[in-house]
Amino acid sequence: MKPVPVASSFDEAAGLLRVCGLSVSYAGSGPSPVMALRQLDLAIAAGEVLGVLGESGCGKSTLALSILGLLPSAARIEGSILFRNEELLGLPERQLRRIRGAKISLIHQEPGFALSPVMRVGDQIAEVIIAHRSLTRKARKQEVESMLREVQLADTGRIYAAYPHQLSGGELHRVAIAQALACRPDLIIADEPTRSLDVTVQAEILGVLRNLNQTVGTTLIFITHNPALLAGFADRVAVMYAGRAVEEGSGSRMFFRPRHPYTKGLLDLMPRSTRPGDSGFGSHLPVIPGGPPDWQSLSQGCAFEPRCSLRTGICRTENPGEVTPEAGHRVSCFNHDS
Amino acid sequence: MTAEQGAKRAAKPALVRVKGLHKRYVHRPVFSRSEFAVDALKNVDLELQPECLTALVGASGSGKSTLALCLAMLEKSDAGEIWFEEREISRCAAHELAWLRPKIQMVFQDSAGALNPFFSAAQIVAEPLEVQRRESGRKLRLRACELMEEVGLSADWADRSPLEFSGGQRQRLAIARAIALQPTLLILDESLSGLDLVTQAQILNLLADIRFARSLTCLLISHDLSLVGQVADHIAVMHQGTIVERGTRQRVFGNPQHTHTRELLAATPGLELAFRTAQPGMRT
Repeated sequence: MKPVPVASSFDEAAGLLRVCGLSVSYAGSGPSPVMALRQLDLAIAAGEVLGVLGESGCGKSTLALSILGLLPSAARIEGSILFRNEELLGLPERQLRRIRGAKISLIHQEPGFALSPVMRVGDQIAEVIIAHRSLTRKARKQEVESMLREVQLADTGRIYAAYPHQLSGGELHRVAIAQALACRPDLIIADEPTRSLDVTVQAEILGVLRNLNQTVGTTLIFITHNPALLAGFADRVAVMYAGRAVEEGSGSRMFFRPRHPYTKGLLDLMPRSTRPGDSGFGSHLPVIPGGPPDWQSLSQGCAFEPRCSLRTGICRTENPGEVTPEAGHRVSCFNHDS
Repeated sequence: MTAEQGAKRAAKPALVRVKGLHKRYVHRPVFSRSEFAVDALKNVDLELQPECLTALVGASGSGKSTLALCLAMLEKSDAGEIWFEEREISRCAAHELAWLRPKIQMVFQDSAGALNPFFSAAQIVAEPLEVQRRESGRKLRLRACELMEEVGLSADWADRSPLEFSGGQRQRLAIARAIALQPTLLILDESLSGLDLVTQAQILNLLADIRFARSLTCLLISHDLSLVGQVADHIAVMHQGTIVERGTRQRVFGNPQHTHTRELLAATPGLELAFRTAQPGMRT
């Protein structure tokens, strides 16, 4: 018997950040708007690592930009984003600027583009401190160097004086993390911070973030399309599809027992073995068929229905509500693994 | 690969043989008398077996792309030999390589940068056929549409700009262009980096179909061992311009000999998880 829908764990979470019923849409070329986020609910407690997992185009980066109030003016936003019980949606730009960098900061996918090419990286980190803290020039420099050491960059003098093009990809990523840390924010949003990095540098960057969480207690939202990066790192994982969180639960439970067919599909993509003879001519990898839905023509039913191997008649006509098959775990699927 | 397939391919001579390849880049900064040199390739030996997928893995800056460019004769090596279909090509002048160009094709990492935004999808796929005078007129467009369908793109999208396609669709378009001239060797230089896992798996499955249908030899360059570990027949590991280890996938993954290979394997999160989850009781 399937569990009866009940209030989700989200309702009880005493969160640092609470996102309630967040919807973001843009006017498209067709009659209906393009929905980038649809009634999204998420919460994160202080000191937690929340992994946000999903394919390209499922709304992960829109979520990050919504929290920071960085969406383009054409975006229509509904719902609520509470940060330390303060509503962020609708805050004047002046007040948002006091929060960005000081209380919530963002690590971009491509630090090469996020950093100015004509400023020394040390000065760019110091800019954040100038905006939010009053320190003398000397103290500021010491603070920046201390940040650089914290992200495990040894040669702080050279790094401080370097321009972005003079640094390697791994060094640039560390500088971006140091910049995000500059004012000791309560929350860091890392938007695919290891994308396009080779595995050794990726492991180092993950180590830096893990270390910050464990030693300083930095709260992290880690956005990625690769479940392997969240294994053993994220306390909780929210799986997003077509602008909604289709499953959310503790990291270990999610990997041990995924319940939504989309989550299972994503986890099946991870390498399982290197058995002899399991590849070669004609052999295929497990895959989720098709692609993300057309945002302008989402049906009334479940957005994942066209790609789902477990779909039934009801999936086409009704949007599945949220159920909690076990404490702290919620899933939106009529045919989830119970 | 079945044992029978493996034996058949082992009987064929290598499609590509690289011996003692060396490539040095010399850089002289502006307004400076001094110059410095980087040895991008140092005494590289490699063989690509026909119809096999060989993965070239290594950290950024290890020389993978330089080796690919040398194999495709888009970069001239300083020393060493490159044998392709039993012919030495490394010392050939540009005009002597006309026969080779259609046989080796590349798919690059940045699909948005590799496709001309002023061309339609059909024009992009048709361009090599036109340049090599394989097709013309109406047949040219028809052939381009056939190739698009072969890589899973609807022919109805033939007039779209490449910028209207998603990242995965653009890579499919780049593959359609690369196979248009029926090459023998397809080099994919980090072509899957930056794509999400679902799209990566879809493109790898497409590649498996194309290899099977066209008896294609592939060189897949990647820094992602979890990715190549699922599809490659052979693996070559590069480190600081040298191939430090090569062998079958099972041998390299099962019994890595070189420290750098072991470091790469240890740093790969997917593999770490796979090893943990493979052991009952380790999941928490």
